[in-house]
Amino acid sequence: MSLLSITRMQTNIGQYAVLHDVTLEVPEGGVFVLLGRNGAGKTTTLRSIMGMWRPSPGSVILRGQDITALHTADIAQLGIAFVPEDMGIFGSLTVEENLILATKSGQFDQTRLQRIYTLFPAIEKFWTKQAWSLSGGQKQMLSVARAIIEPRDLILIDEPTKGLAPSIVDAMADAFAEIAETTTILLVEQNFQFAKRLGRDMAVIDDGRIVHAGTMADFVADQDLQDRLLSLSA
Amino acid sequence: MDQLSQTLGRFGGVNLLPVAVALIAFVLIGAPSSWVTLTVAGLAMGMMIFLMASGLSLVFGLMDVLNFGHSAFVSFGAFVAASTLAYFGGWLGSGSVALASLALIFAIAAAVMFGMIGGWFFETVIIKPVYKDHLRQILITMGALIVAEQIILAIWGGTPMTVPRPAFLEGSWIIGDVSIEIYRVFALVLGVAVYALLYLVLNRTRIGLLIRAGVENREMVEALGFRIDRLFIGVFMGGSALAAMGGATWAGYQTLIDPTLGAEMMIIVFIVVIIGGLGSIEGTLLGALMVGLVSNYIGFLAPKMALASNMILMVAILLWRPAGLKPAIK
Repeated sequence: MSLLSITRMQTNIGQYAVLHDVTLEVPEGGVFVLLGRNGAGKTTTLRSIMGMWRPSPGSVILRGQDITALHTADIAQLGIAFVPEDMGIFGSLTVEENLILATKSGQFDQTRLQRIYTLFPAIEKFWTKQAWSLSGGQKQMLSVARAIIEPRDLILIDEPTKGLAPSIVDAMADAFAEIAETTTILLVEQNFQFAKRLGRDMAVIDDGRIVHAGTMADFVADQDLQDRLLSLSA
Repeated sequence: MDQLSQTLGRFGGVNLLPVAVALIAFVLIGAPSSWVTLTVAGLAMGMMIFLMASGLSLVFGLMDVLNFGHSAFVSFGAFVAASTLAYFGGWLGSGSVALASLALIFAIAAAVMFGMIGGWFFETVIIKPVYKDHLRQILITMGALIVAEQIILAIWGGTPMTVPRPAFLEGSWIIGDVSIEIYRVFALVLGVAVYALLYLVLNRTRIGLLIRAGVENREMVEALGFRIDRLFIGVFMGGSALAAMGGATWAGYQTLIDPTLGAEMMIIVFIVVIIGGLGSIEGTLLGALMVGLVSNYIGFLAPKMALASNMILMVAILLWRPAGLKPAIK
């Protein structure tokens, strides 16, 4: 059984239909990459899963439970974390406060915290700093750290490499690979080099519809398919 | 303007604006005794306005709700407190400080309780249906303010009501040439105590952390698993209770109140919230102190300008800082 099943999801924003027909099966474990051009519907797909925009019709099923109509907070409580494109950090709060807010009990699990320090040393270094003072890369690390400070079934990550320096992108890829050993990641990405390094399964969305789904290995091997769907060269 | 901001930043930023205003006033007024009296009056007025305005600022910051009915709680707080004090008139006149203090505590508690219950009702019945719709929020909350005024008129009548005060808060302390009204010191101490409590709640508790984060990015707080709408009801009730407490304190300060009190205070409360920066408690405190001090200084130096002084202050600050003195980070 898939961890997450999306069936014929349609989402309207105002009077505009953004998602027309999204059907996806996200298996448990590893990184599932959702690729697509600008405006194809990648972010809307993630936000619809999180209940931030209400899909209608269509269904979103997590471990057999229909979460389509649930409130965003209730969806998060079921074990889905969201790392938005703008990172969604709280600038006026310290790094510590940003993280403690994401814990259920208000207390840190020291094992998880140590793991975060290892993955992202900047978190420990800037622990007492207000988050607005961090660099773009550090903010992204904080956003991801906040998603893994508690055990999650699924982490939705929206274009995490956007605007980051290549060295930070490399560090982020290593961190995602390690996180994916214990948690499923649904990654939205335009940076194909980054995506193919991490992805086990993948799908391509275009004009609000899933136009291809399969394994990343098969997609990487098929240059014509890449050119046709992404207008990218591998 | 940038140069002014940089210079201020080197000396403690906008937090020092009230001090700068007080120093300029000291030079203009000339007489130290008058300056001390006006400064205490300005600070006391500022703290009472802070009580009234703080809830409105948080309500807007957390849920983008423009509540023009907020000052209805100021009115109700004033009248409920005045009626409670009148009910315990015997205690006030007994000559016992303990009994008079109890009467005062009951009066403020009654206003706060009314504010909380009224706030819950107001949020549930009037605000909830118009979330995310500013135009309807303005119309319906303005309407609610008018209805509240009429309810007060029906219950308490149109004749201005005298507010009895405990004897121990009457009169002034005379220190040399300086005269300090005791009630103003009480209002100042109460305001500082409430601000300290609010500061502790916002900065040392998990609820406070949620409120600060929610003001900044409501959607992300929900994505972390918290129901902001439920938190908002609590904040709305707390904000309404503070407004009622501010109204109760203001009633004792004015000693004569009428049903138009809320509508009159609404303008000042909005000026304070806008000057301070929407969603920020520190900003609201700063804005309230500025309005309190400037009103009193201008009232002394140029009485004909007193009514316009708050508007001029708001325009000047918004030209300098369009988002207010200390806006919440969004």
